[in-house]
Amino acid sequence: MGQQTIKMISSNELLAETLHLKNEGYRLVAITCTNKDGMELSYSFDKDYDFINLRFVTDTEEEIMSISIIYPFSFLYENEIKELFGVNIKDISIDFNNSLYKIPVKTPFKTKEGEK
Amino acid sequence: MGKRTVIPFGPQHPVLPEPIHLDLVLEDEVVVEAIPRIGYIHRGLEKLVEKKDYQQYTYVAERICGICSFMHGMGYCMAIESIMEVKIPERAEFLRTIWAELSRLHSHLLWLGLLADAFGFESLFMQSWKLREQVLDIFEETTGGRVIFSVCDIGGVRKDISADTLKKIAGIMDSMEKELKEISEVFINDSSVKSRTKGVGVLSKQAAFDLGAVGPMARASGIEMDMRTQGYAAYGKLNFKPVVEKKGDCYARTSVRINEMFQSMDLIKQCIAIIPEGDIKVKVTGNPNGEYFTRVEQPRGEVVYYAKANGSKYLDRLRVRTPTFANVPALLETLKGCALADVPILILTIDPCISCTER
Amino acid sequence: MNFVKKSPWILHYDGSSCNGCDIEVLACLTPLYDVERFGIINTGNPKHADILLITGSVNEQNIPVVKQLYEQMAMPKVVVAVGICATSGGIFAECYNVVGGVDKVLPVDVYVPGCAARPEAIIDGVVKALGILEEKQKFARKKNS
Repeated sequence: MGQQTIKMISSNELLAETLHLKNEGYRLVAITCTNKDGMELSYSFDKDYDFINLRFVTDTEEEIMSISIIYPFSFLYENEIKELFGVNIKDISIDFNNSLYKIPVKTPFKTKEGEK
Repeated sequence: MGKRTVIPFGPQHPVLPEPIHLDLVLEDEVVVEAIPRIGYIHRGLEKLVEKKDYQQYTYVAERICGICSFMHGMGYCMAIESIMEVKIPERAEFLRTIWAELSRLHSHLLWLGLLADAFGFESLFMQSWKLREQVLDIFEETTGGRVIFSVCDIGGVRKDISADTLKKIAGIMDSMEKELKEISEVFINDSSVKSRTKGVGVLSKQAAFDLGAVGPMARASGIEMDMRTQGYAAYGKLNFKPVVEKKGDCYARTSVRINEMFQSMDLIKQCIAIIPEGDIKVKVTGNPNGEYFTRVEQPRGEVVYYAKANGSKYLDRLRVRTPTFANVPALLETLKGCALADVPILILTIDPCISCTER
Repeated sequence: MNFVKKSPWILHYDGSSCNGCDIEVLACLTPLYDVERFGIINTGNPKHADILLITGSVNEQNIPVVKQLYEQMAMPKVVVAVGICATSGGIFAECYNVVGGVDKVLPVDVYVPGCAARPEAIIDGVVKALGILEEKQKFARKKNS
């Protein structure tokens, strides 16, 4: 498989970096959140099979700007991360207010198994 | 301007084999907006990596979806193998490719049947599913299962296919090709079918790109994107080109999938012609440590697996971005401005797999 | 004549199954297995149905849907849980959004095991359900007379 480029950025560079990639003709592939020493957000992009990830680590307090003003359909990913991990994503174009999946447990991915 | 009405569509609806709910905002008979409500099948299986070790999780990965079951297992195994730097035997790569293409074949036939059902062509539905049973018979003969067959494992595959059986499969592909030609003639040329699919739900190339569409949905709108060209498994040694159409309507999406079926048959025959002898599995010891993004082309499009391991037998995170998840925005876009009567067929032409989407 | 025998119609609902059992339920209707020859039809309308086939486990969000479908069906009726997820939650039993088998919310008459349940097993389960349905009908007639 192709290269796995992971570019570390800071959370306030997110919009500028995303806009830059959008102008270069990149497609948003996925937004992934990993709960490991904080909330690690990876934004994956692709252009002609060139695969780039923007990554930064945050917590559930910090306000993260939604990229839905640049990639409108990112609202699905962002709603999911907000609901399952409790990451504080702001200004999502269509905000389901934590009821995308309507699960009975609150932010199940916020705590690890056995840590409760 | 007519009065606005909201019609709830689903979760239980005759055209939907799986539950998804859409709030359709209508102006007279025309849809102006569609708001999705999902979560009926959400299980939370990504979190199961914390309870099942990375070997056991192969079985869970296969059950993300019962239609592309094999490819889910394969994608997961490829992610773990990349982290652990395991090189699997060449014969296993070919066997995986054969099963993967058979999966694509059965998935597209299933979809073709459901499409026929959606526009009320019952006998065509039956014909497509009858043909599909031949593929399931091959699965059953080679793996023991019809739908979920747990044949993919980290380090290779569990079962070999004998030379005789491979020859038989090539023969079945030849005869199926003739039968598929007969059915596909109806989808491609029948005027009554065409009147239901041509010009319906047009998605322009720009819109497909902006909305991040993948798989046949993107290829029907003129975007040449197929992860198989990246040469994972044995695809690097096979000769093929992505099937692309330009129009971006339901007809183009049907045509892309039909041509992909012929392509799959050809790929299976290519595999059988050059498959090398040898082992089918290497022994994998130790625990994975690291992270990897794998991308695989499923029948519905590109799927992304992200695995992050910490050196213990439990993964830190497994994330699956399934093709339907990426195609939902494109669906919502094509629904805008369509007639209420076209909604079922539009939902079907993205080939939705809700249980993949919600995991 | 005080009663007419009715062909048993099926209503299928996907709880939170992986699709494996769903496509096998559909496969039962298609030419190889062809349960339609027994007069069994897969309907989308709960008022038409006598047998409720449920695949997959139940969760918080689909419990009201499943209950509503069941309540809309006319008496007598039978419930068939198809596949191991519908029976007990199966491999997903430990997931945070899975409540368990269908019997947590509805009285289940027949359990069909398997992952995915094979068409032969599903047909066998439906035939068992037909027997139970007949018993229930007899009982209802006796009560009415």
